[in-house]
Amino acid sequence: MRTIEADRIGGTVYDLILKASYEAGEDVLSALQAARDKESSTLGCSILDQILENDRIAASEHIAICQDTGVCVIFMDIGQDVHITGGDLNETLCSAVRKAYTDGYLRKSMVDDPLYDRLNTKDNTPPVVHTRIVPGEKIDITVIPKGFGSENASAVRMLAPAAGETGVIDFVTEAVQSKGANACPPLIIGIGIGGTMESAAIMAKRMTARPLNTWNADPRYQALEEKILQRVNALGIGPAGVGGNCTALKVNIETAPTHIAGMPVAVNICCHAARHARTVL
Amino acid sequence: MRLFGTLYTARDAAHKRLAACLAEGKPLPFDLRGQLLYYVGPAPASPGHAVGPAGPTTSGRMDSYTPALLDAGLLGMIGKGKRSPEVIAAMKRNGAVYFGAVGGAAALIARRIKSSEVIAYEDLGTEAIHRFTVADFPAIVLIDSLGNDLYEIGPAKYRTLSQE
Repeated sequence: MRTIEADRIGGTVYDLILKASYEAGEDVLSALQAARDKESSTLGCSILDQILENDRIAASEHIAICQDTGVCVIFMDIGQDVHITGGDLNETLCSAVRKAYTDGYLRKSMVDDPLYDRLNTKDNTPPVVHTRIVPGEKIDITVIPKGFGSENASAVRMLAPAAGETGVIDFVTEAVQSKGANACPPLIIGIGIGGTMESAAIMAKRMTARPLNTWNADPRYQALEEKILQRVNALGIGPAGVGGNCTALKVNIETAPTHIAGMPVAVNICCHAARHARTVL
Repeated sequence: MRLFGTLYTARDAAHKRLAACLAEGKPLPFDLRGQLLYYVGPAPASPGHAVGPAGPTTSGRMDSYTPALLDAGLLGMIGKGKRSPEVIAAMKRNGAVYFGAVGGAAALIARRIKSSEVIAYEDLGTEAIHRFTVADFPAIVLIDSLGNDLYEIGPAKYRTLSQE
């Protein structure tokens, strides 16, 4: 049994929010530069140059990459031999979000009621938290400030098993074709296949934060990641949606066992400002 | 293109109020005739800056409000993403233009905003109407006053997938 103070978790989440909001990952910057080198649209190249310059300015001046600093999504894999002491974990996470979004000059984008009141909570709380209990005595934390320009382009569909690989490819292509231009391309496409409706969506979200220089361990799904990427890029949507070769930087797939009667597929679209930060306590 | 001069900001909540003013025949909080609206909800300004990161938000959410604003004299909009046929028809009717700024280039754009003041709906926070003075603001003509739409024309040139 290992004891971890709630305050230490809060401090870590605070640091991760600021890091993710200001600093694009090396993997994202490399992918953007590679896309710039390959892009044949002149306008597309100038847009990618603006994005790369933007990311340099944000990191050097410690300001947000994008004004939409998102819903704060927090993934926590908590070792079953960890005992969290000194406070309520959920309140600790709320406090970390409140303090980071205030101290860091990040935009507060959360409204209390989704349909009727829509009053801003003024401190970007609450975060959306996904926890898993795992073996061991560590806590693995990933923070994803998720903007809604791209979240709104996301979709879940319950495919029939008979839809097969073609069904998955067509569904993802359709999602990108219909709303990809609004989602700030070049995109990162997180896909969850299997499980249930909600677990497919959670896998898809997690996949938006998988490093861009990694692939699914199963060669069949790795090939599928490449097939979908090529198909999406053949749409010609391009940087900022105004035409070009690079509509997506990467497709990341996670899978899970599912029911004999179904094949849930979730597509979580992430913009080029793919912000996430991770640490292990 | 590079834009210099005055822009007014408005996004979802401010549009709802502007549209209600027009529908009820009440005066608008500023004279929008001949002006450009920038769809943005800036992040807070850190010390030493006129404004925080301030990139465009998705324009389509404003589509249902935009024709009435164009008919009332608005010259154009700056945002990102596709517009509805109704907006494009209203643009053609009024000789208006729709500019794009690069979504997510919020830190770069913020450097081109020289001053910012809230002129209406302060209670809306980031969604309040701000008056920006900009210099060298990078923009693209996405849809012109004849209805030519870069979201149709641009991707068509680079599409290698056959239409389904």
